[in-house]
Amino acid sequence: MIRLTDVVKEYPNGTHALNGLSMEIHDGEFVFMVGPSGSGKSTVIKLLIGEIEPTQGRVMVNGFSLRNIKEWQIPHLRRTVGVIFQDFRLIEHKSVYDNMVFAMRAVGAGPREIKKRIPYCLDLVGLENKGRRLPTELSGGEQQRVAIARALLNNPSTIIADEPTGNLDPARSLEIMRLLERINALGTTVLVVTHEKDLVNRFDKRVITLERGRVANDGRGYYGRNTI
Amino acid sequence: MNRHNFFYFIREGVYNMFSHGFMSFAAVGITVACLLIMGTFTLVAVNANAMLADLESQNQVLAFVDENLSEQEARALESKLRAVPNVADVTFISNAEAAEAFRGRYEDEELFQLPDNNFRHRYAIDLEDIGRMGETKAALEDMPEIGRGNVNAYEDEAEGFITIRNVAGVVCMVLIAVLFLVSVFIIANTIKLTTFDRRDEIAIMKMVGATNGFIRWPFVYEGFLLGLFSAVIGFFLQWGLYEAVARSVASNDTINLITVVPFEGMWTYVAVIFAGAGMLIGVGGSLSAIRKFLQV
Repeated sequence: MIRLTDVVKEYPNGTHALNGLSMEIHDGEFVFMVGPSGSGKSTVIKLLIGEIEPTQGRVMVNGFSLRNIKEWQIPHLRRTVGVIFQDFRLIEHKSVYDNMVFAMRAVGAGPREIKKRIPYCLDLVGLENKGRRLPTELSGGEQQRVAIARALLNNPSTIIADEPTGNLDPARSLEIMRLLERINALGTTVLVVTHEKDLVNRFDKRVITLERGRVANDGRGYYGRNTI
Repeated sequence: MNRHNFFYFIREGVYNMFSHGFMSFAAVGITVACLLIMGTFTLVAVNANAMLADLESQNQVLAFVDENLSEQEARALESKLRAVPNVADVTFISNAEAAEAFRGRYEDEELFQLPDNNFRHRYAIDLEDIGRMGETKAALEDMPEIGRGNVNAYEDEAEGFITIRNVAGVVCMVLIAVLFLVSVFIIANTIKLTTFDRRDEIAIMKMVGATNGFIRWPFVYEGFLLGLFSAVIGFFLQWGLYEAVARSVASNDTINLITVVPFEGMWTYVAVIFAGAGMLIGVGGSLSAIRKFLQV
C-alpha cells in the first residue's frame, strides 16, 4: 500500500515541489497519476522509490516509512517496487536475457532462480522468443515490454511506470497499457504517471490529478473532468 | 557473501579491468613506478640502517678500571658491569693486551714501545641503545672501581649516527606516504573512469534494489587485482634492479666498502610489503572512486 500524508517537499534550491500532498493507493489498485509539468509527479516517484526524503509529512510504501528510512533499508524497499521509465533504461550491449540476468543478479538471485523466473517474465510480456536479441534490435514497444519484464523479475508488489508510453506511437502505447492492466489483474498494484490525456481516457481507472504539489482531483474517469 | 556472488564479483572485476585496458595498463604502470620508488627508498634505508647498525656496534664505550685493582679483581667486575642498564655486552681487556695492541699500532716508533704497567685494565662495552650513552657513561663512572673521568664515550659521534638515522627515517616515511597517496589517487581515477562509464548500469542496479555493497564489490576486486598485478610486476623489477645495483657495487673498487644487504635474506618481507601496499592502494583507490556514484 502507498500512503502519503501532508507531504511537503522543498528542494535545496528553494523549489516547493509538493505542498501538503495526501493520497492513498490500496494494494491491487490501478491508478493513473496525471498533471501538468511541475505539478510534482516526478517528485512523488522519487519519494516512492526512496531517492529523496520528504521535508515534512509521512510517506509509507509497502510497509516502509520513507520519513526515517535507514540507508540499508532502501534496497529492500526498491525490491518491492518495480519501476519503468520512458527511456526504458536497458543496457544496450547486453542481450534481453542478459539485461534480465543483470537485474536479478543485482539483488543476489542464484542461477536456478534466474533460469526459472526470466522465461516466465518474458512470456508474460510476449517476448519469449526475443531473449537473445540486443535491445537496439527491438522496436520501442518491445523495449518497453522488456523493461516491464525486468520490473517484474523480483516479484514486486507495486509497479510504478513513469511516462511509460512517452516514446511510443498510440498503438504501441495502448499495447503497453493493456499489458500493465493484465499485470494488475494478477494482483500487482500499478501506478502510471503520464500526461497522455487520450490514453488515460480510454481506461476506466482511478485518476489522481496533481496541481502545484497537491491533489487537485481524485476519482474514476476522465483526465480533466471533475477538477476541484 | 554467497558463492555465486563471489564468483560474479570476481568476473565483473576482471571484466571491468579489461574493458578499460589502456587505463588499467596506465594505472598498473604508474603504481609499479610508485612501488619501485617506494621500494628503492625503503631498501636504501634498510641498507643505510644496516650500515649504521654496524657502525654503531663499533662505537664502544671504554671503561678504565682503577689501577690499584689486580687483574683478577678487575675481571671480577664483569658481572657488575653487565648489570648496568643499557649494557649489551662487555669484553675485558687486560693491561697486557691493551699494551700489546698499542705497541702493535706504533711498532715503528721507539717512543711508543711502552711497558705493560703503563696501561690499565679496561672493559670494551657495547650498548643496547647508543642514544642513552650519556646516562650509561654516568652509571659506569658512579662505580667506585671505575670512577669519574675514566670512561671514554664518543657521545657526539653517537648523536651524529642517531640524527642521520632519524633524518633518513623521516625522509623515507614522507616519500613513502606521498607516493602511496599518488598511487591511490591514480588508481581511484582509473576506477572512476570505469565507474563513470558504467553509471547507467549502476543506476539500474540501484533501481532494482541492489545494495551498495553488491555494487561496490566488483570495483573493489578490480582495484585489488590492479594493485596485485602492480605488486607482482613491481616486486620482480625491484629484485632485478637491486641485484644489478648490488653487483655493480660489489665489482666497483671505489665503493666496495659499502656492504649491500643480500636480497635473498629479505625477499619475503619485500614481497609481503609490495603485495600489501599494492592491494591497499588498489582497494583504497576503488573505494574512494565508487563512493560518489553510490549516492543515488
